[in-house]
Amino acid sequence: MVTRTKAGLLAGGRGFGLSTSALAVGIFLFTLTAVSIALIPIGVGVFTTPPVLEAVRVYANRRRSLAREWLGMEIAVPYRPLPRERAGVLGAVERCGALLKDPATWRDLEWLLADMTAGAVVAMLAPALLLYSVWGVVLAAGVWKPIDEAGGGLWFTFVHITSQSTANLAAVLGFGYAALGLFVNPALIRANFAIARSLLSPTREQALALRVERLTETRHDAVDSSAAELRRIERDLHDGAQARLVAVGMSLGTVEALIEKDPAQAKALLAKARESSAEALTELRDLVRGIHPPVLAERGLGDAVRALALRLPVPVEVDVELPAGRADAPVESAAYFAVSEVLTNAVKHAGADRIWVDLSYGSGALRISVTDDGRGGARVGGGSGLSGLERRLGTFDGVLAVSSPVGGPTMVTMEIPCALS
Amino acid sequence: MRVVLAEDLFLLRDGLVRLLEAYDFEIVAAVESGPELARALAESDPEVAIVDVRLPPTHTDEGLQCALAARRARPGLPVLVLSQHVEQLYARELLADGNGGVGYLLKDRVFDAEQFVDAVRRVAGGGTAMDPQVISQLLSRKVRDSPVAGLTPRELEVMELMAQGRSNAAIAQQLVVTERAIAKHTSNIFAKLGLPVSDDDNRRVLAVLAYLERG
Repeated sequence: MVTRTKAGLLAGGRGFGLSTSALAVGIFLFTLTAVSIALIPIGVGVFTTPPVLEAVRVYANRRRSLAREWLGMEIAVPYRPLPRERAGVLGAVERCGALLKDPATWRDLEWLLADMTAGAVVAMLAPALLLYSVWGVVLAAGVWKPIDEAGGGLWFTFVHITSQSTANLAAVLGFGYAALGLFVNPALIRANFAIARSLLSPTREQALALRVERLTETRHDAVDSSAAELRRIERDLHDGAQARLVAVGMSLGTVEALIEKDPAQAKALLAKARESSAEALTELRDLVRGIHPPVLAERGLGDAVRALALRLPVPVEVDVELPAGRADAPVESAAYFAVSEVLTNAVKHAGADRIWVDLSYGSGALRISVTDDGRGGARVGGGSGLSGLERRLGTFDGVLAVSSPVGGPTMVTMEIPCALS
Repeated sequence: MRVVLAEDLFLLRDGLVRLLEAYDFEIVAAVESGPELARALAESDPEVAIVDVRLPPTHTDEGLQCALAARRARPGLPVLVLSQHVEQLYARELLADGNGGVGYLLKDRVFDAEQFVDAVRRVAGGGTAMDPQVISQLLSRKVRDSPVAGLTPRELEVMELMAQGRSNAAIAQQLVVTERAIAKHTSNIFAKLGLPVSDDDNRRVLAVLAYLERG
């Protein structure tokens, strides 16, 4: 009862906010846009339209985030990426054209219209029901009398108030409105957001276009990073194991020539050859670990991360809660190297003394979180290692979230959708 | 000494057979897959088994699992596990039963035939042979306020060799000092780390490893 009342009152307040913003900000933005677009033929509009439309987007995005905050309703953002900002007339023309060509722009405007009419009415009903009920009670408290004496004709819904008893009836009716308001207000707010969702979320076509764009981008990243990886492997082999094996062969050749003339020197060379071959092996081992860690192949992700943790110079607590079955090899490998990179960051850059790793699987996604007690201040972007990591996870539709206030602790959470088999 | 050998790569298997035969070991079975290894371990009653971690048919940790299963069936069955890479994770699993007779070495260690054969004999005798890489990884962890920090460089050196499973005599030989000097170092180490003093080589290893792993 209490929660319902609270929800009803809260919805009333929200309805008031929504309807006033639709009637003030919404109408203002819509008018501004209309004027600005109308001014395009004389040139001024080219410069005014982009900032105005961007303001519309900010306003629409605000509504999208309110949907998430208030109702847990996800409204995806359908905007196409804009061309890079360029100064001058050309830049403005390019930007204006891109904005006007994006169907999402026109749907935003449709939404502004719908929101300032149907949306505003629906939202306004919520506070109106509550306020009207208060009016009924106020009338019954005696306010009806001066009004009636001043000229009469006072109506409360269908009750013509001419006496205390009819005023009391208005109060009773008012309570009825209040009860109704508390009951239906949350639904009214939901209705307002349903209107928003129908126009603000991408159409199927837009969603597909966005998906294609994202796939093109991540494929590009994947190709780039795998090419870079191959180059690194080639270089490591060339400068490392290959060179050492050449040295071994050379030493053995010299030994062959020396073995009878100078056995002592031959022996020394043999020892050197053995040393070189051991070094070549060590280098190959490190290289293999960088390509596909043996424990991952032998045991799967959980144990591979445990083994990785044991290798680090600081204590790492690993908590694995994975159901039986393994993810596809590329996903496992991506997850492993992601964890490895985050752990390395924690040790190297954050100066952590303790690290915690959690691995779990739920609702079709692998979830990994790495927390450290280091100095924090890590962030994605600006060419940091974390952006590279984000791009590589992107290939698998994986996402990365970083919480790292200055002074720590840092928590990096990754989610990679995948199936276990 | 009767040896069962499991290694899937022909060249390595052949090389190991030659090497071991040169040192008068008797190879009762040289197999190349997990199921064959399990059968050989059950039927030929070896004195020591030398096993590659990764074996067909799954090419995962088949060999290790076989070795662990065999040790469950026959506690203390000496097993020397070889691998292209060493992992503390696997070392822990091998040592977990506390029975001794366990070895875990990189395949490269075969390069030094003398030392390798020594490790096989040690394992067969119920001792331990841990790869230096496992030990150095353990020692490289920085544990705060660890008494390990209070060890002298010489004592650290001794502890590293001790953790690999070497006896005092072997350590003395390697560091070119008297056995009595090593005995003094080891008792200092035990005292500084608060470990029970022990003469049994295997127990010493387990104590040191357990101590290191606590970090």
